[in-house]
Amino acid sequence: MSAVPESTSPPAHLRRRSIGRRKATDLTVKIFSWIGAWFGIIAMGFLVYEVVIRGAVAWNWAFFTQSTPQDVTSTQGGFANAIVGTIVITGVAALMAIPTGFLGGVYLAEFGRNGRVATAVRMIANVVMGVPSIIVGVFAFAVLVKPLQHYSGFAGSVALAFIMLPVMARTTEDILNLVPNELRESGLAMGAARWKVTLGVICKAARGGLITGATLAIVRVAGETAPLLFTALSSPYWMTGLFGPSGFFGGPVANLTKTIYDFSASPYPHFQTLAWGGALLIIVAVLGMNILVRLLFQRGKEW
Amino acid sequence: MVGTQVDEPTQMQSQAAVIPPRLEVAEDRRGGGEDFAALPNEISVRDLDFFYGKEQALFGNTIEIKKNRVTAVIGPSGCGKSTHIRAYNRIFNLYRDQKAKGEILFDGANILSSQTDLLDLRRRIGMIFQKPSPFPMTVFDNVAYGLRQHYKMHRSELSNRVEDALKRSAIWDEVKHKLNEPGNALSGGQQQRLCIARAIAGEPDVLLMDEPCSAIDPVGTAKIEELILTLKSNYTIVLVTHNMQQAARVSDYTAFFFQGRIVEFGPTTKIFSNPAEKQTEEYITGRFG
Amino acid sequence: MSTVDLEVAPSPSGPRGAAIAAPRGHKLRLGDPLFRVLATVCGITVAVAMFGLAGVLVYNSWPAITTLGTKMLTTVAWSPTQGEYGALAALAGTALSTIVAMVIAVPLALVIALLLVELVHPAVSRVVGTAIEMLAAIPSIVYGMVGLFVIVPYIQDHLVPWVLSTPLGNVPGIKPGLQFQGGGLSIFTAGVVLAFMVLPFITAVSRDVLKMVPQVTKEAGYGMGSTTWEVMHKISMRYANSGIVGAVFIGLGRALGETMAVAYLIGSVYTDLPRSIFDPGTSIASLIANQFSEATRTLDLSALIALGLILFLITVLFQILAQAWLRRVQRATGGRA
Repeated sequence: MSAVPESTSPPAHLRRRSIGRRKATDLTVKIFSWIGAWFGIIAMGFLVYEVVIRGAVAWNWAFFTQSTPQDVTSTQGGFANAIVGTIVITGVAALMAIPTGFLGGVYLAEFGRNGRVATAVRMIANVVMGVPSIIVGVFAFAVLVKPLQHYSGFAGSVALAFIMLPVMARTTEDILNLVPNELRESGLAMGAARWKVTLGVICKAARGGLITGATLAIVRVAGETAPLLFTALSSPYWMTGLFGPSGFFGGPVANLTKTIYDFSASPYPHFQTLAWGGALLIIVAVLGMNILVRLLFQRGKEW
Repeated sequence: MVGTQVDEPTQMQSQAAVIPPRLEVAEDRRGGGEDFAALPNEISVRDLDFFYGKEQALFGNTIEIKKNRVTAVIGPSGCGKSTHIRAYNRIFNLYRDQKAKGEILFDGANILSSQTDLLDLRRRIGMIFQKPSPFPMTVFDNVAYGLRQHYKMHRSELSNRVEDALKRSAIWDEVKHKLNEPGNALSGGQQQRLCIARAIAGEPDVLLMDEPCSAIDPVGTAKIEELILTLKSNYTIVLVTHNMQQAARVSDYTAFFFQGRIVEFGPTTKIFSNPAEKQTEEYITGRFG
Repeated sequence: MSTVDLEVAPSPSGPRGAAIAAPRGHKLRLGDPLFRVLATVCGITVAVAMFGLAGVLVYNSWPAITTLGTKMLTTVAWSPTQGEYGALAALAGTALSTIVAMVIAVPLALVIALLLVELVHPAVSRVVGTAIEMLAAIPSIVYGMVGLFVIVPYIQDHLVPWVLSTPLGNVPGIKPGLQFQGGGLSIFTAGVVLAFMVLPFITAVSRDVLKMVPQVTKEAGYGMGSTTWEVMHKISMRYANSGIVGAVFIGLGRALGETMAVAYLIGSVYTDLPRSIFDPGTSIASLIANQFSEATRTLDLSALIALGLILFLITVLFQILAQAWLRRVQRATGGRA
C-alpha cells in the first residue's frame, strides 16, 4: 500500500467566503439576464413592427407593377423595375458564385482537406468574408466601371458574386464534413469513381444543407446595398436588354436596395413611403426564405 | 486489526463470482465484526421516494450510511442506484421535472427541505461522476476550484492544500510537473483521480461516487479502488457500481437495489456470501442484470 | 462444392459482358482527374480573388499614395475641394462607433445567451433562438431606415437632453463638442444601431457554443457548490471561450465595415474629430459611400480608394489577430474535447 500522508484538519479555521454574497451576485446576474433579454426582444420586435406599419401602406398593385416615379410631386409609381433589377442582378451573381463556391467547398472538404493549400484557402476565405461589402464594391468599380466608363448591372453582379463565393465555399465544406465518412468509403468501395461518389452519394445526402446554404447566401447578398452603390448604381427605368444604355451590361440597373436608399433619403413623403414599402418587401423576402429553408433543412438533416 | 472473514463455502458461493483476494489494508473493518447499530450515521435516509415527472423511480428507500465507511450500492441497470445517491447532494434540483419526497438526514437536518442551503450542502457532500469531468482549466485550478470558491486563503496555503489533495489522490507524482497544463490533457484514469483530488481538496464529509471506474481502464480502476480504501479513514464514501467484484473488494456495507427499492442492505461479506433475499442471491450469482 | 471462377474473363460478348470486362472505360478515367482539377481551381479562385482585390486596391490608390504619402493618416479633415485628404476623422469615427456598439452588444449578447441556455425552458430557448437567427438576417439598410426615422428623433428629443441634464453631461467624451447638432445623428446613434446589428449574431453563436458544454461538466460544477452564475462564468464560458471570442471578433469586424446603417446615422461630418459620442462624425465606410459620387478628379477617386485600402487592411489585420487569438485560447483552456 502506498504511504499516504495524514489529511490536514478540516478547514474550519479558515475564513469562509460569504454564501449570502455569492447568492446575491447570482440573483443580480439572473435579473439582468431577464431585463437584457426582454430589452433585446422588444427592441427587435419594435424594429420589425415599425417596418411593417410604415411599409404596409405602400403595398398596392402599383407598387409591384409600376416603375419608380421620377417626378418629385408624383404620387404614382412603384418599385417594379427595382424588384426585377434585384432579381436579375442577384440571379446572375448566383449563377457565377454558387457553382464555383460549391466546387471550391468540395475541394476543401474532399480533396484538399488538411493540406497546406487547402488550409491557406480556408484562411483566406475567412478573411475575405470579413471584408466590408463596400470594399468589394470599390473593387468591382475599379475593374468593371472605371475602365469601361459606365456603370452596369453586371458590375453589380460581379461584386455580389465576390461576396457569395467564400460564403458558399465554407458552407459547402462545413456541410460536406458532416457527412459520415462511412458513406464515402462505402461509395468508393463499390468501385465507383470519386466524382460520382462525391456528387451522387455525398451531395445527395447533404442535399438539404447545401440547398439551405446556397439559398441563405443568395438571400444575404440580395439585401446588400453598399456593393451596388458604384457598380449597378440605380436607374429610374426598366432594364432593357443586355447592351445599350439601360442594358444589363451597358448601364446602371435599377435595384431594390439602392432605390430604397435614395428614396428614403429624399424629403418627399410619397417617396419615403415607397422606400418603406421596399424595406418591408426585403424583410418579408429575407425572413420568408429563412423560414422556408429552415423547414426544408429540418427534413434534410437526417442522413 | 486485519479482519478476515472465513465462511464455510456454500453451494452458492462456488457458483458465485469468486471474491478476489482482498487488497491488504490495515484497519480492514469489512463490516463483519463491528456493531452496526453503534456506529454513527453520516446520512440517514427514511422513506425516500423519487419521481421523474409522473414516473416514480424510487420507492420508500430507507438506509443508513455509516461514517467513515464505504457503502456500495449495487444492482442491475436502471434500478435507481444513481438516482438514489443523486438525492444526497440534491443535484437533481437542476432538472425541473425531478422531485424527491421523504427524509434524508445529514448532520441533524433533513436536506430535502426547502430551507437547505444547497451551496453549503454541496461543499460538504462531494460527487465524482461516471465520466471524468475536469473543468476547462489547469490541473492546479481544477483542484483549487472548490477552495477558492468557499474559502479565502493565501496563495501559499492554497498551493499546499492543492498539493496535499493531489498526494492523497495518489496522483501527485504524475502531475507535479503538469500543474499548469489543462486538466483534460491527462489520461482518463488520471482525470478521474484529478476529479477526486478536486472533490477532497475542500475536505467534504461525504464522497458520492457514481460508477467512477466504468469509463476507466483496468489499471486505472485498480488505482482508484486502492485510493478509495485509503480515503475512507477520512471520508464517508458511497459508491455506486455495476461491478460486483469491485463492491466486494472495497466496500464495508452493500445495498442491493432492484427496481427502485432497496432489497437488501448489510455488511458486504454477508451480502456476498450469505444474502438473505433470493433476489440478491440471483443478482450476485449473475442470473440476471 | 463447385468452385466459382471469379476472374473476369476478357469476354467481348454483349454489352453487359463488355461492361464487366472493362470496368474502367476511358471516359471514367478522365472524370476523376477532371473533377479534381475543377474543384481545385475553384478552391484556389477564392484565394486568388482576395489577392486580386488587394492588388486592384493598391493599384488604384497608388496615385494618392505617391502624392499624399502618409498625410492621409495624419490629417484630420476630409475636404477634397480644399485639397485635404485626411482620414483621421473617419478613423476616429469608425473606432468610436464600433466601441459604443461592442460595449452595448457583447454584455447584452452574453446575458441573453446565459438566459437561453440556463434559465428558460428548452422549448422557449429554441423558439427565441430561431427568432434571433432570423433577425441576424435583416439587411443593414432596414436598420438604417428604422434608425433614421424612429431612433434618431427619440435620441435627439429625449435621450440626449436627459443625459446632458445629469452630471454625466459634463464627462469628457459625453460633453458635446463643437459640431454638436442635437445628438440625433451622431456617433452614439450609429453605435447603438450597430450594436443591434451585431447582437443577434453574437447571441446566436454564444448560445450554440454554450449549449455544447457537456452536462457532466456543469453538474460537476454545481456539485462543487457553485451558483448558476459561477458555473456559467467559471466553467461554461471558459469551455465555450473560443467560440464566443470568435463571434465577438466577427461582430467587431462587421461593425467596423458596416456602411449603410452608419451612413444614415452618423451625421457625415468630415472635418473635425468628434469630442463626444453625441457629436456627429463619419466612418471610413460611410465616407467612401457618400463621397464616391462626388469624386470628380483622379486624385479624389484615388484617395477614396486609398481610404478603402486602409479599411481593407484594418479588417484583414483584425481577422488575422482573431485567428491567432482563437488558437491561443483553445490551447490554454484545452477547450472542447
